[in-house]
Amino acid sequence: MRVYLDHNATAPLRPEAREAMLALLGPPANASSAHREGARARAAVEAARADVAALIGAQPAEIVFTSGATEANNLALRGSLGARPGGLVTTAVEHASVLQTARALERAGAPLAVVGADAAGRVDAARVLAACGPGTTLVSVGLANGEVGALGPVGEVAAGLAGRGVWLHTDAVQAVGRIAVDVGVLGADLLSLSSHKLGGPAGVGALWVRPGVRLAWQMTGGPQERGRRAGTESAPALAGFGTAARLARAEQAAVAARTAALADALWAGLRAAVPDVVRNGPADGARLPNTLNVSFPGCRGESLVVLLDLAGVAASAGSACAAGAAEASHVLVAMGRDPEAARGGLRLSLGPTTTADDVARVVELLPGLVAQVRGARRAGTAA
Amino acid sequence: MSRERVVVAMSGGVDSAVAAARCVAAGDDVVGISLRLTSGGAGSCCSLDDFHDARAVADRLGFPHYVFDMTDAFARHVVRPFVADYLAGRTPNPCARCNQHVKFGLLWERAAELGARRLATGHYARIDVEAGGRLRLRAAADAAKDQSYFLFMLDQATLGRTVFPVGGLSKAAVRREAAALGLAVADKPESMEVCFVPRGDAAGFVERAAAPGALRPGAIVDEDGRVLGRHPGVHRFTVGQRRGLGLAGGGPARYVRRLDAGSGTVTVVAGAAALAARGLVVRDVSWVAGTAPAAGTVLGVRIRHRHRPGAAGLALGGREPRRAWAGGRGPAGTPGQAAAFYAGDVVLGGGWIAGDVA
Repeated sequence: MRVYLDHNATAPLRPEAREAMLALLGPPANASSAHREGARARAAVEAARADVAALIGAQPAEIVFTSGATEANNLALRGSLGARPGGLVTTAVEHASVLQTARALERAGAPLAVVGADAAGRVDAARVLAACGPGTTLVSVGLANGEVGALGPVGEVAAGLAGRGVWLHTDAVQAVGRIAVDVGVLGADLLSLSSHKLGGPAGVGALWVRPGVRLAWQMTGGPQERGRRAGTESAPALAGFGTAARLARAEQAAVAARTAALADALWAGLRAAVPDVVRNGPADGARLPNTLNVSFPGCRGESLVVLLDLAGVAASAGSACAAGAAEASHVLVAMGRDPEAARGGLRLSLGPTTTADDVARVVELLPGLVAQVRGARRAGTAA
Repeated sequence: MSRERVVVAMSGGVDSAVAAARCVAAGDDVVGISLRLTSGGAGSCCSLDDFHDARAVADRLGFPHYVFDMTDAFARHVVRPFVADYLAGRTPNPCARCNQHVKFGLLWERAAELGARRLATGHYARIDVEAGGRLRLRAAADAAKDQSYFLFMLDQATLGRTVFPVGGLSKAAVRREAAALGLAVADKPESMEVCFVPRGDAAGFVERAAAPGALRPGAIVDEDGRVLGRHPGVHRFTVGQRRGLGLAGGGPARYVRRLDAGSGTVTVVAGAAALAARGLVVRDVSWVAGTAPAAGTVLGVRIRHRHRPGAAGLALGGREPRRAWAGGRGPAGTPGQAAAFYAGDVVLGGGWIAGDVA
């Protein structure tokens, strides 16, 4: 029996989402068609839109479905600066789909400021606001960091920007379903979310757009999504997304409480067995309930990920290239770790399906693997 | 589980695929590892295609496969020294350096962390045990594919934990074995060039990587110091080179005899006979057995991949042993290249060529 502790990379497909998808796989399902088959697909797409909107306290018409959160982040940044050319402010701990897109926009002429983080991966709202100049038109601050679990100061930044005519985007991929997210109180103008982190299928996501915010829409060539994103919607995938969103909304508080308790037990167990273990990310206070990022001095996270995998536990070493090789984490670098330590992180991320047995298995297994890696290192140094 | 864990270094090519298959067949607990050595991507080494090829082999044969990022170490141990060597008038041997520092050094460390007892690679070379228990490194059974020249630095400890599963096979047999196992890489073409240098253009690579002002342009002169032409940098030349000198024609063919990075001078000689030297100076010598043979021992010395070893007598001189070519004359050494010492097909050791005995 495998233990899966990599929910921040992707979550297992929820059985209910799978059922909803299967019901739409097979019959023709173009939601823009005039016939009955099309109407059935349209109903599924709009039901999904309502479920996704409800998850974040939005209205269905404010949801633009995309191919995923990467496209949603691209649309938010490129669409904002396309509509209102100007400066962009973001942070050093954003996901690559925000950071690399921001760098691309900078190369195309947009002034860019990237605000750093503290040693726990937290971003100071005052520094974000101070980085905003008169020419700034967009600020992008993540709602939660998927590597170390720190929460971004989105509400504070929104309050500081009020009345300044600057749009605020937040990448909420790692937050939605794990902490309560309500666009009615958040104060952001744009919010990205993903299906597969919630237990829906990969390949679909959404950008929430506050009424009145008009982006330069990037995907043209069809009337879909009210002209905001051309291309035939995948009705089966969106049905899975909507179902996962509905379940996430219903279960969010209970899942948060349970994963937080399990993550605490995991941390306590590891600390008892390996006293010099270091936690990367906030030690207390506001953080994602499901994310535990740890370093064992003298141990590469990558070696532990491989040993855990061989022993039946799926975990992650943070950033990975397309081939799956662990690279120095840009988040840990932004937190002030040197390049070697930035390769040392081991991320264990829990989800609704995680059990106490899963945690017990890792607490039983990991200390021995740490000792093995350290032993090999010592033997290598002695030789 | 009592099976011994073996890490197989997998390039994505057919040789390491069959090496892995042979470890699986032997009942080992195989873990495949591919190394990401540059961030270049498509078209060079470490392209995603190569990783996907390696992973497809692992899937087919039913063992786990991972990719480790070693771009920093590869830059430090191989790429930067490669550039520095060319700028200093030497001709580097990056494959031997990669074996020494990356594959049999850092990769082994990582394999040991994973609990591996042995590291297997797709190199064409053989390891066997002498009567007294000492390990010997031997040339491959297929002389045309032999890679033992690039492995001269392996010592007893390294050989003891290393396996070359295809060293006793011909390339044709390796391809047949891969095809019989249904491996898609059975017909994959070989890469013959330095993996990180696009299109084999080493000079262009050095020029892009060099710091401003680091190139050493200068004069091309003959043995009497007569200036025959100018050149844009010593990194464009290698000792023994005949083509691409850019000199006016006529007379016997000219060859590069010496490079002096300090003055930027490239010295050429007329006729291949003038390339001869009395002996070689070799630095940082290591011996597979751990001890040097007696001074005066006559060894086979290979100074290039595929060069047929020439006989030379050994003269030990501190850290820079000299080898006098038997008969008093042999080819000029190319500084920066490896010199591997042989007794028949057994590799005794080797080092790095520093210069000639004039």
